[in-house]
Amino acid sequence: MTQISVRVDGASYSDDVEPRTLLVHYLREQLGKVGTVVGCDTSNCGACTVHLDGEAVKSCTVFAVQADGSEVTTIEGIASNGTLHPMQKAFHEMHGLQCGFCTPGMIMASIDLVKDNPNPSEDEVREGIEGNLCRCTGYQNIIRAVQQAAAEMGGGTASATEALGAQS
Amino acid sequence: MTILEEPTTGAPQKEIGKARRRKEDARLITGRTTWTDNMVLPGMLHLAVVRSPVAHAKITGVDLAAAQQAPGVIAVFSGRDFAEEQGSIPCAWPVTPDMVNPGHPSIAVDEVNHVGEAVAVIVARSKTAAQDAVELVDIDYDLLPVVLDMEQAVGQDAPLCHDHVDSNESFNFVFDAGDMGTGGDTDQAFADAEVVVSRRFVQQRLIPAFMEPRSVVVQPQGDNYTMWASTQIPHILRVMLAMITGVPEHKLRVIAPDVGGGFGGKLQVTPEEVITLLVARRLGKPVKWTETRSESLMSAHHGRDQIQYIDIAADRQGNVKGLRCRILSDMGAYLRLVSPGIPILGAFMYVGIYKFPAYRFECRGIFTNKTPTDAYRGAGRPEATFAVERIMDELAVELGMDPLELRRKNWIKAEEFPFTTAAGLEYDSGDYDGATRQALELIGYDELRAEQQRRRESGDPVQLGIGFSTFTEMCGLAPSRVLGSLSYGAGGWENAAIRMLPTGKIEVVTGSTPHGQGHETAWSQLVADSLGVPFEDIEVLHGDTAISTRGMDTYGSRSLVVGGAAVMKAADKVIAKARKVASHLLEASEDDLDFSAGKFSVRGTPGAGVTIQEIALATFAAHNLPDGVEPSIDAEATFDPVNFSFPHGTHICAMDVDTETGLVKIRKYACVDDVGVVVNPLIVEGQVHGGLAQGIAQALYEEAVYDADGNLTTGTFVDYLVPSAADLPHFDTGNTVHPAPGNPIGAKGVGEAGCIASTPAVVNAALDAVRHLGVSDIRMPLTPERVWRAIQHGGDGGVRATAGTTAYGGAQTETTAGVPTDASSLGGDR
Repeated sequence: MTQISVRVDGASYSDDVEPRTLLVHYLREQLGKVGTVVGCDTSNCGACTVHLDGEAVKSCTVFAVQADGSEVTTIEGIASNGTLHPMQKAFHEMHGLQCGFCTPGMIMASIDLVKDNPNPSEDEVREGIEGNLCRCTGYQNIIRAVQQAAAEMGGGTASATEALGAQS
Repeated sequence: MTILEEPTTGAPQKEIGKARRRKEDARLITGRTTWTDNMVLPGMLHLAVVRSPVAHAKITGVDLAAAQQAPGVIAVFSGRDFAEEQGSIPCAWPVTPDMVNPGHPSIAVDEVNHVGEAVAVIVARSKTAAQDAVELVDIDYDLLPVVLDMEQAVGQDAPLCHDHVDSNESFNFVFDAGDMGTGGDTDQAFADAEVVVSRRFVQQRLIPAFMEPRSVVVQPQGDNYTMWASTQIPHILRVMLAMITGVPEHKLRVIAPDVGGGFGGKLQVTPEEVITLLVARRLGKPVKWTETRSESLMSAHHGRDQIQYIDIAADRQGNVKGLRCRILSDMGAYLRLVSPGIPILGAFMYVGIYKFPAYRFECRGIFTNKTPTDAYRGAGRPEATFAVERIMDELAVELGMDPLELRRKNWIKAEEFPFTTAAGLEYDSGDYDGATRQALELIGYDELRAEQQRRRESGDPVQLGIGFSTFTEMCGLAPSRVLGSLSYGAGGWENAAIRMLPTGKIEVVTGSTPHGQGHETAWSQLVADSLGVPFEDIEVLHGDTAISTRGMDTYGSRSLVVGGAAVMKAADKVIAKARKVASHLLEASEDDLDFSAGKFSVRGTPGAGVTIQEIALATFAAHNLPDGVEPSIDAEATFDPVNFSFPHGTHICAMDVDTETGLVKIRKYACVDDVGVVVNPLIVEGQVHGGLAQGIAQALYEEAVYDADGNLTTGTFVDYLVPSAADLPHFDTGNTVHPAPGNPIGAKGVGEAGCIASTPAVVNAALDAVRHLGVSDIRMPLTPERVWRAIQHGGDGGVRATAGTTAYGGAQTETTAGVPTDASSLGGDR
């Protein structure tokens, strides 16, 4: 067992973990952060994506011990004072989810995408989230959501707004 | 209780038709979900399943000792330990009276029949302890010959998949329109035909690949058991588990909490659900099993996997005269819940939207040493639609006709509905020409054809093709009488209840169990309009057999069409009961009451009125009810449709094909679907998008591949190519509306439309791009290698590349090495 100290969604934790424990299993099983989910065992699906010191990572590719001393943000930590993150709001408004299982990872990856590219085109969003699989939506509404959130988060184009109008 | 006099306002906006954002989203976008794997119970034990590494063998020895002594392990069981109580996984659909069902133990006892079959189960204090012990289980296998190829499996002297049955054939189902009186003599139609075109199509094996891996938790409480399961069918699962295990039905509660997708893949009674219940009963402890993705891909049921021999007869003017379909359908190693019924659902859809005067369908269900097949989005209907939409294109080529012109010449005209087809189904409503005209406009057809001509003339190495699919499907599964006539083991009704709470809030209970379809939102819209109450005042309950006591669950595009209709019927009953109370409170005859926008008022007496929510409180208090009226306006209803509903649509794909590299890329995709009345356009559009993605994935990306020893070589998401956002095009969607006459909503169903329609449109488009190069078929999925080989060497591009080549989307692994590319008899065009 190795002791690690991490901050997760603003709270500090010190825990003993096995060296082989993956970050996602630490989050789910030791901290009860079950909003982050496991969708595969080959790091293909991205359902477990969280932010590690502000960068999106697939938490199944990170050992818990590697997160020692780090700040982890999960889907459960991005809304503030009851206000949804613009990306959460956009996924809701654009119907960017159906079963919702990929959604936590998709939202966390998309936030990171928009941080790097504040005004992504449709193709840039498609390329940017290709590490996250969704089986329900066909991705089109996820792309609309990411573009709308990008607009709200400060970059932005009118295209997402037009898409919303076209849908209603 | 006060009867309020409210100022008359304008009629509230109708909820049906409104793009309501979903109620479900609040928990899903914040991570406050209740996936089964989230469940933690005091003292809970964890299971890990030991799976067969070989496809076909006798079990000659089982040594559990080392695993039993591993740290944290509580118990280890083999099939022998449960042989007396595990029964057989049920098959609810004996499609012929003499169908052979070899039986399907949840844990193999004497013999294994596919790689991934459960052979033992570890019970441990933690999941990691259980998984660590898996490889300590020592099982001796005496290998048997492996049956993998259907055409070989039905040949002379083929080895047997199950040595206790006579052959590898489970059933031979025949539908002959001439015999049934729904059409003419098919053989005569072919004998008389001026033109006959025959093709062999391969529907490759697919994996549903829902995103949430399967998971099940069982908690024993005295002689009661509660099961949480990632399932589409908690109600059916409960009945079946009771029948299999002997746990009395009333002692078993099944809950489907948040369920992360299904697509038919969770329409099952799985060995793991049975095993988890048996272990919990044996040990008296709560237990959990959650699969890994690799386990899921190899052991959860697969879909499709048919070989279709299709013959079409016509005259030289392009009037179709007959259709003959002979199908080999791979059941895999065992029959699961509705395995045999999947190709039979397709039997009635091969004629598509066309007026075939003669039709014959034969389907043989074949056992192979592979994972069992069962429902996957569309379930039989994608296969049928693919066959007819592909063969219509082939006939058009043979006749030198425009493929759309040939379709138009033969499809059912708008004024001919209702129309009974040669397959005996009565299509309800639609306008195929209207949808087609709209789709042509949406995609910019004339300009695309002009561009195609320019690029063909200039010898552009990247050629453009345009493909059509003008499809229909049968939805709203299903009229119980029809299911009975097809020997299905249950009915197709759906149940709903409405509970009027004292504060005016409303609980709607549905037997249709969602896993991403948005029932909570859509059902709220239905009830808001029916009862004239605010959308926000309604909560929809589902997925728990103790709450939603009767149900048939979610599959076959049935939820809104059948389950929503039950909700509407329940609402009518609530209104009827409330009317008696209103009559009493308003001191007016029931006949003089109008009910509008949630309020009863007395005709001719402006101002006097009482809302249905006020009546709920008055009924709760029960101080002042009419004599003989029970203090409840709650109601329950069950809806059993008389007929299926028949959504239709026109899908058009424009495809760039690089003739030098074989790379295909969808340039544009447009579709116009008629799914009847749309309750929520946002949800409908989302369903179409998701269906398109899966249908396109069959055409271009996905294939479950087995090597010569029966190992699944696409056993991870590295190898099984579920498309990402970068792999899919933008979709342009539209709709026409012809209400379904068979249900009070007028909805036809949308869950499977995109998946059923898109596959042939994509393949037809690719062929249209390269047909002038002598290509007449390309095997799905259309990998660049197959497309390139079809262009270079003719044929259909052959089997998927394995040894010595690099398969697109596939990895070379040890298990695929050494398998020659042309070894399979599936290769080659006919």
